[in-house]
Amino acid sequence: MPFAYAAAPSAPAAIRHVAQGRGAEFIAGGTDMLQLLQEGVRSPSELIDINRLPMTAIDVGPQGARLGALARMADVADDRRIREQFPVVAEALLASASPQVRNMASIGGNLLQRTRCLYFRDVATPCNRREPGTGCPALDGENRLNAILGGSPHCIATYPGDLAVALVALDAEVHVEGAGGERTIPVERLHRLPEDAPHVETVLEPGDLITAVTIPAAAHARRSHYLKVRDRGSFEFALASAAVALDVEGATIRAARVAVGGVATVPWRLRHVEEALAGRPLEAGTLHEAARRSADGAEPRGRNAFKVALLPRTVERALRTVGGLA
Amino acid sequence: MDLPAPRRELSIVLRVNGTEHRLALDARTTLLDALRDHLHLTGTKKGCELGQCGACTVLRDGRRIKACLTLAVMQGDAEILTIEGLAREGDLHPVQAAFVEHDGLQCGYCTPGQIMSAVGLLREGRAGSDDEIREFMSGNLCRCGAYTNIVAAVRQAAAA
Repeated sequence: MPFAYAAAPSAPAAIRHVAQGRGAEFIAGGTDMLQLLQEGVRSPSELIDINRLPMTAIDVGPQGARLGALARMADVADDRRIREQFPVVAEALLASASPQVRNMASIGGNLLQRTRCLYFRDVATPCNRREPGTGCPALDGENRLNAILGGSPHCIATYPGDLAVALVALDAEVHVEGAGGERTIPVERLHRLPEDAPHVETVLEPGDLITAVTIPAAAHARRSHYLKVRDRGSFEFALASAAVALDVEGATIRAARVAVGGVATVPWRLRHVEEALAGRPLEAGTLHEAARRSADGAEPRGRNAFKVALLPRTVERALRTVGGLA
Repeated sequence: MDLPAPRRELSIVLRVNGTEHRLALDARTTLLDALRDHLHLTGTKKGCELGQCGACTVLRDGRRIKACLTLAVMQGDAEILTIEGLAREGDLHPVQAAFVEHDGLQCGYCTPGQIMSAVGLLREGRAGSDDEIREFMSGNLCRCGAYTNIVAAVRQAAAA
């Protein structure tokens, strides 16, 4: 489908235009958008290029980090301050995509990447997420890559990203500018569960522009790690991944953060696992007992049933690594 | 500042290998198609058009990117370097010479992308070990499986 293009000279101009809700979309790094255009999954009437907007800065201070939404994945992954103070973020980024894509893709766009569900990406098949009401062949079809957590009778598409999982573990927030002004949203509340409207993937409205991501400084953030388990060693999406962070004093875990990817319809925080770690001795048994419950409530659909066993092992290994017990 | 009216056809200046080209393009044209079909720089190869194979790797402002995953109209401010612009006055770039010496190819279709990606990798300082070279070349597939010799070529170019 033909589309029209314009480069935005300012954020307000871009937001005003896209907020009219007439089929215009923002384009930043473009790495997911171009795939979706090529496959006919999306057909925006207009693409509004936001790459000239001044939103590329990476600032790190005593309060934490502020990542401009147009900072490139590679720039954040290579930033020495991010690697030291928020290793789970740098590791999640380095485990994502390929070096070329990391040079192109923006932080804001990365959070909004669309699912890799085979049916969503194949316009010859039905998909409730792509075309509401057409059905979900993944429920009883090729669902090896699909979600075991957070699904609904209408959709079990996996949220594919790594960065958002790390950000959820660290209580990060996205800063959004829209037609109604500015607001802040916890990354954990950016994506919506599919429920009965899987095509509504986030809480963003037309014209809402992510301008930055902030990550609060924390003791656990410095002792954090991202483990991604996948079908091949590099350049592949997760079958299961774990973002973990521990605040340890002496031999005791003071606080823990655990979020997982590759297994759920949205970036998935495991608070009950965190609670099973907090205040307990840092030893292998503690980590095993806590991680064992990672897949509680899972609803496997056949070919993805292996994730019910894979997820706890992934979480346990990540915890052992960050706890110095690997 | 107001948004300029979005257009389906745009006139842009594309800077490729040190030369400026004025092009009238459909907004849908990828950088890859602009290079191949409009500038006839066919060294940059089209494999998957989905960012999966790396055959279309070029440098933008010195950093490696996939030319199939960006629109040409988004590159008006950029300096693009393709495989055709790599050799200097007839002398092969050290990465090109290393690929020849180590036979880092079989059919050759992925080779321009492999070489441009390796040039980008060396600028990123990611040739510290064979494992690091493998990880940071993972965006480039070789269906012939010449990976062993590709790693050897990158290792040699890094030492040059």
